[in-house]
Amino acid sequence: MNDISTFVGPVIDWLAISPLLALLAGALVLLLVGSLTGEWPWRLYAHLAALSAVVAIFVSVRLWDDVDTNGARLLIGGALALDQFALLGTIAICLAIVLVSYLTSDYLHREGVDMPEIYALYLTAGIGALVMIASNDLVVLFLGLETLSLSLYLLAASNRQQVSSQEAGLKYFILGGFASAFFLYGVALVYGVTGSTRLINLNTALASFIPVPRNDAVLLIGIGMILIGFAFKVSLVPFQAWTPDVYQGAPTPTTAFMASVGKIAALVALVRVFVVAFPSRSDDWGAIILVLSALTLVVGSVVAVVQTNIKRMLAYSSISHAGFILVGLEAASHRASPNVDDGLIGVAVYVVLYAAMVVGTFGVVSVVTSDQANSDASGSTSLDSFKGLAKNQPMLGLAMTVLLLAQAGMPLTSGFVAKFGVIQAAVSVGSYELAVIAMVCAVIAAFVYLRIMVNMWLADRTDTTTVVVPTLSRISIGVAVVITLVVGFLPSLVLNLGSNLAELASK
Amino acid sequence: MIGASTEVLAFPILSSLVILPLLSSIVVALLGRTRAEWTKLAALTSSVTTGALSLWLLGAFKSGDAGFQFVSNQPWISQWGISWHLGVDGISLFLVVLTGILFPLVIVGIDPHHNETSYFAWMLLLQAGVMGSFMALDLFLFFVMFEIVLVPMYFLIGGWGYDQRVYAATKFFLYTMAGSAFMLVGIIATVSLARRDLGFVTFDVIKIAEGATFSTNAARWLFVSFAIAFAVKVPLFPVHTWLPDAHTQAPTGGSVILAGVLLKMGTYGFLRFGVYLFPQAAMWARPVLYTLAVIGVIYGAIAATMQRDLKRLVAYSSVAHLGFIVLGTFALSSQAVTGAVVQMVNHGVSTGALFLLVGMIYERRHTREISELRGIQHVAPVFAAIFTVVMLSSVGLPGLNGFVGEFLILIGSFESARWWTIIATVGVVLAALYLLWAYQRVFHGEPDEANSSFKEINIKEGMLMSVFVAIIVFTGVYPKPVLERIEPSVNSFIEHVESRTK
Repeated sequence: MNDISTFVGPVIDWLAISPLLALLAGALVLLLVGSLTGEWPWRLYAHLAALSAVVAIFVSVRLWDDVDTNGARLLIGGALALDQFALLGTIAICLAIVLVSYLTSDYLHREGVDMPEIYALYLTAGIGALVMIASNDLVVLFLGLETLSLSLYLLAASNRQQVSSQEAGLKYFILGGFASAFFLYGVALVYGVTGSTRLINLNTALASFIPVPRNDAVLLIGIGMILIGFAFKVSLVPFQAWTPDVYQGAPTPTTAFMASVGKIAALVALVRVFVVAFPSRSDDWGAIILVLSALTLVVGSVVAVVQTNIKRMLAYSSISHAGFILVGLEAASHRASPNVDDGLIGVAVYVVLYAAMVVGTFGVVSVVTSDQANSDASGSTSLDSFKGLAKNQPMLGLAMTVLLLAQAGMPLTSGFVAKFGVIQAAVSVGSYELAVIAMVCAVIAAFVYLRIMVNMWLADRTDTTTVVVPTLSRISIGVAVVITLVVGFLPSLVLNLGSNLAELASK
Repeated sequence: MIGASTEVLAFPILSSLVILPLLSSIVVALLGRTRAEWTKLAALTSSVTTGALSLWLLGAFKSGDAGFQFVSNQPWISQWGISWHLGVDGISLFLVVLTGILFPLVIVGIDPHHNETSYFAWMLLLQAGVMGSFMALDLFLFFVMFEIVLVPMYFLIGGWGYDQRVYAATKFFLYTMAGSAFMLVGIIATVSLARRDLGFVTFDVIKIAEGATFSTNAARWLFVSFAIAFAVKVPLFPVHTWLPDAHTQAPTGGSVILAGVLLKMGTYGFLRFGVYLFPQAAMWARPVLYTLAVIGVIYGAIAATMQRDLKRLVAYSSVAHLGFIVLGTFALSSQAVTGAVVQMVNHGVSTGALFLLVGMIYERRHTREISELRGIQHVAPVFAAIFTVVMLSSVGLPGLNGFVGEFLILIGSFESARWWTIIATVGVVLAALYLLWAYQRVFHGEPDEANSSFKEINIKEGMLMSVFVAIIVFTGVYPKPVLERIEPSVNSFIEHVESRTK
């Protein structure tokens, strides 16, 4: 027994957790100083939030080289992992924070307010997300999950003038809480069987675990409940019901944030938990992931087709993207195959590229539908507001076209690289049926994007007001488009990262 | 054996055939913002230069050589074994040249009427994609080019087409994309299976075809996945329904390109990728493909006979003609495959010209209804004469280009696919029926009031059509220069297939 005098605190590698600290510092300054001073000029709220995210990105890039030379390792007594899988997620999340902060700044100015809370919430949500993707312990993971989720509930409800925004927040809160409970119950059951919540300990315990029938059932129920918790957060079918309502009701920049940061965090954490902790049960969860993935792909893309609201359309398309990412996880469940790592790399590349695409797309939506944001919510974001956009604002129309083609997975865009990666992973482990389902769903989803493009290019504009693209939004959308095209033409840029990507920290 | 000749040329002609139109497309799009009046000139300069380069390619091509010439092979995505690998042999040479010639003719000859800048930018992007598809020797590169073509074509149909253009454009996009979805999985599976034999990952079609062997079952599945994509593109019955819509609704320029070169990406893909990679599976699938091809020949001909819209008639005649090409492709004899390759080019020339002529009729009369037209021969004899030549080339009259290809296909297919060939021959008769009947209704008789003011062909149109007529007559009378460039490659292709299917 340790008595209190001999307790030694864990060694903390401050540099390695500095991305977290950067975001935390930004959030604290925004909240403390922001609440004590009047409204800051020159969009400083957004710049500060972006600055702390950029610092986090820089540190992550430094850490990346560190991991390349010294290998992946665990931090803070094994609570967090430092590996390239987590770092890539960190960079994607911080990039999304930068882009979304600028979109939000323009959005809020249009609404006539600028407040520090929103940016502080982005940063706290970011902290939660960073903890989630790096956590090596189910309890730490839960902490991150709740930090992220609580911030997102508030963000969804942050437009106080709109009933739909509050409805979105409440709906998200109730269903999210429900999902967290599932997750926690699952963690408790797994702990009951194995006596640990550390991912790597779970793996060693389960690998040498002689399955007693009853205990194995408890374990599988636990794993299933953890999966249900994740499935809610990632919005996998049949746990997706909240997604379209929340995406539609929330302020558009927040939707961009949820679709990028929320999704990346939950997906990367999901992959880490299942690949690090439960590889010995991969036959069991692999089959479930296969079914979930196929369902998510089919429902996401088919239901998207019949939507008339652009945000609902993109909500369903994001569901279908999650299905695509699961194709990579499914490939990573084939432990016997020599190509099992392809799945992990596919997932990591997909989430990063997807983040840029989805932020850019919602950025355009945010700009285009802004002028009517105070009117009835269901009408203002209707697909009709895109009619004739390309004639009105050719560059914006072109940007949106590139982003939509990327989402559809057309070659020479990053979307194709992302899809190619996971499909290649699935095929290389022999999951042909899932690969075919995914590609067919990609075609169905393409119809959705074509509908938007038809409205932009081929329909006549109904109202004659010119869409104004504010500078910061222009930068955000521009960055997203540039990433989409550059990676599309030179996929080597992201694929070069992949050599150690699949090596998850476990020691 | 088909092997890449490693000759290094100082000037990367094949790469420039792709990159020049691609860059010009961007330049045109940017020019449109400030100097809209220069866009046509820029588009024309680019496409004429590309055309000149492709003609130079034709001249420099060594006619006795069966392998790939002017090969350009640069690593692109080395992690996945993907390279920028281009090359032409006798099978692709004339398709490349056709693409090079057709685009400047379309750009100079057809006025888009509105939004010139984007029209020309899409046209040039389309040219880059088509060129790339015909020259790519890397499966990934081919897929990229094959797929990217959809985007400009979609916008061309959707932006400059007729009443039902959005429906037609969307249908075209989704049908083709659905086909290629299977092909993408097939390509990745091919590479992943070939890795076991080769020991390394490569998308290089030559290395895979020469070095890898697939189990019978795997090869069949893979062949099917490729065949679906190409069957949609060709299009084969029963996935042809996008074609009449797309052709009818597309602007004249779009139709010419669609019929002239885009459909050939399907038949060419069958040869270059489907059969070349999986000869045994192709042999196994032959009866089905023969049957679909022959159904296409007969069904296309009957449907064409029934059409009231002149453009739709020509569209259905494409279904029939491409049925012939597929029949020849899968007969896998030297004559039949040569015939198929020749016929790909011929169909591009004659159907492209027919669409141009129908477009001219529409410009003058603002209708394509056959029943609205009458007696044009009396008021526009030269126009009627040109139409006659082009039509007879499409029918396959001896002495014109259509005969050469059709005859070779029928002779070459007779041995391996006797009964199918006999039925397909009926299609030749039907082709004469629907085209001559349409000609009779449109050009003969006494012109009524609306048709009596039909304008005679003008100088610009005349010069445009004279290029087509010259190709039609030259190839028909003296096909030897064409055949002697195609045949060596086809022979070595057949040898490859035979050595794998013994």
